[in-house]
Amino acid sequence: MQRGKGMKFVGDSRVPDKESRNKIPKDYSEYPGRTEAFWPNFLLKEWLVGAVFLIGFLCLVAAAPSPLEQQADPNNSSYIPLPDWYFLFLYELLKYEYAAAEYVVIGTVIIPGLGFGALLLAPFLDVGPDRKPSKRPIATGLMILGVAATIWLTYKSAAHVNWDERADYSVEAVPDVEIDEEHPGYEVFANNCLSCHGDSLQGNPGLGPSLVGIPYNEDQIKDIAQNGIGEMPSDQFDGTDEELNQLAEFIVSTNEQAAGEGEDSEEDSH
Amino acid sequence: MLHKLYDWIDERLDITPIWRDIADHEVPEHVNPAHHFSAFVYCFGGLTFFVTVIQVLSGMFLTMYYVPDIVNAWESVKYLQTQVAHGQIVRGMHHWGASVVIVMIFLHTLRVFFQGAYKKPRELNWIVGVLLFFVMLGLGFTGYLLPWDNKAFFATQVGLEIAESVPYIGGDLKTLLAGDPEIVGAKTLARFFAIHVFFLPAALFALMGAHFIMIRRQGISGPL
Repeated sequence: MQRGKGMKFVGDSRVPDKESRNKIPKDYSEYPGRTEAFWPNFLLKEWLVGAVFLIGFLCLVAAAPSPLEQQADPNNSSYIPLPDWYFLFLYELLKYEYAAAEYVVIGTVIIPGLGFGALLLAPFLDVGPDRKPSKRPIATGLMILGVAATIWLTYKSAAHVNWDERADYSVEAVPDVEIDEEHPGYEVFANNCLSCHGDSLQGNPGLGPSLVGIPYNEDQIKDIAQNGIGEMPSDQFDGTDEELNQLAEFIVSTNEQAAGEGEDSEEDSH
Repeated sequence: MLHKLYDWIDERLDITPIWRDIADHEVPEHVNPAHHFSAFVYCFGGLTFFVTVIQVLSGMFLTMYYVPDIVNAWESVKYLQTQVAHGQIVRGMHHWGASVVIVMIFLHTLRVFFQGAYKKPRELNWIVGVLLFFVMLGLGFTGYLLPWDNKAFFATQVGLEIAESVPYIGGDLKTLLAGDPEIVGAKTLARFFAIHVFFLPAALFALMGAHFIMIRRQGISGPL
């Protein structure tokens, strides 16, 4: 079968066959099977498989929104780190006595280095002519061992994780506040604070922080609204004393409600 | 119209052989799931490529909103996730695609290994494939930090400690990745962003090109 630029299909390879080889691999066309043209017949089938795969993948995406935890806080000393699942095996390996502390090089360099190094150099370690797994038991055995060890370590690591507790790290664990738009202070808030602190006190990146979970009482809030704090300039509030009282009351009551909800949801999870 | 345009270009540049070289080959029966259902194991490589394309496209759209600095990174991801139309879908595709591509590349590796398809004359393609696996893991590691949430920050800290434990070069390796011998912070995020978006994808494309040229040149391995 002559094709293209004089390349020749030689059985399982387009690399020109050397005559010195004792058995000449058969041409594709000599296999009893039915070959199929890649273009366009087989490509159409691949396209269909891809479409089905894409639908399944999008179902996964729609069913499980990607997680986001609370913003990184380097001072958070209680946080338990957890890598992505495909690094869990390495993470678990480092918990073993002879792969940690003064032996950590064994866990971080030697064992992964041997494993991945052997994988990289497999063609030069397994040089026999046989391709069937049963005819190269050492290569097959080592690969099965490696895969089993990786799966086992991943499983052990994942089994230790308290997934319920980790759910508290999620950004959704921060309570949602319900904004009482009937509150007299809401209109004052909308006129004076909303542009920087957001329509539900959630804050606005670069402009103003969230007003949920702030540690101030009504008098302090009144003071901040008039005189500013940190990067917030003074004289942000423009209105009567009556309105200022309503504003402070609104912010404090929203905070109390949010704090109450937080406790509720904690009780729910127990 | 399109034919005329094609002919006009082809007359000058002789482009037909370029794509005919890719398009004209026979797909042997033993890899065709239409004839042997078990041949579905040959799909994993193609699906790896497919998910990689999803990753590239979704990643390009993510960078339209993502801001790689420690003040805004998390906020921009949260904004994308909660406010932007379909932002949750695009980020979801990139997030889950990162896992699915690892699964697919793993299955593809196992298929090639257990069929002994890495043997002569395909040693080089195997090596390029394993390097692609490493690049993919690197993309996973660097991409994990970018949302700048607690999970990202502390997992990266552990990862950098692992890099630091390498004898002799560990300290320099950590500094190279994190931008500072001690602090995991603004420089780290900028570096991981650069590595994730420029360096590793460049390596990925070069290696994928080599991978595909080699398989076109050598053809797929024969039946066991």
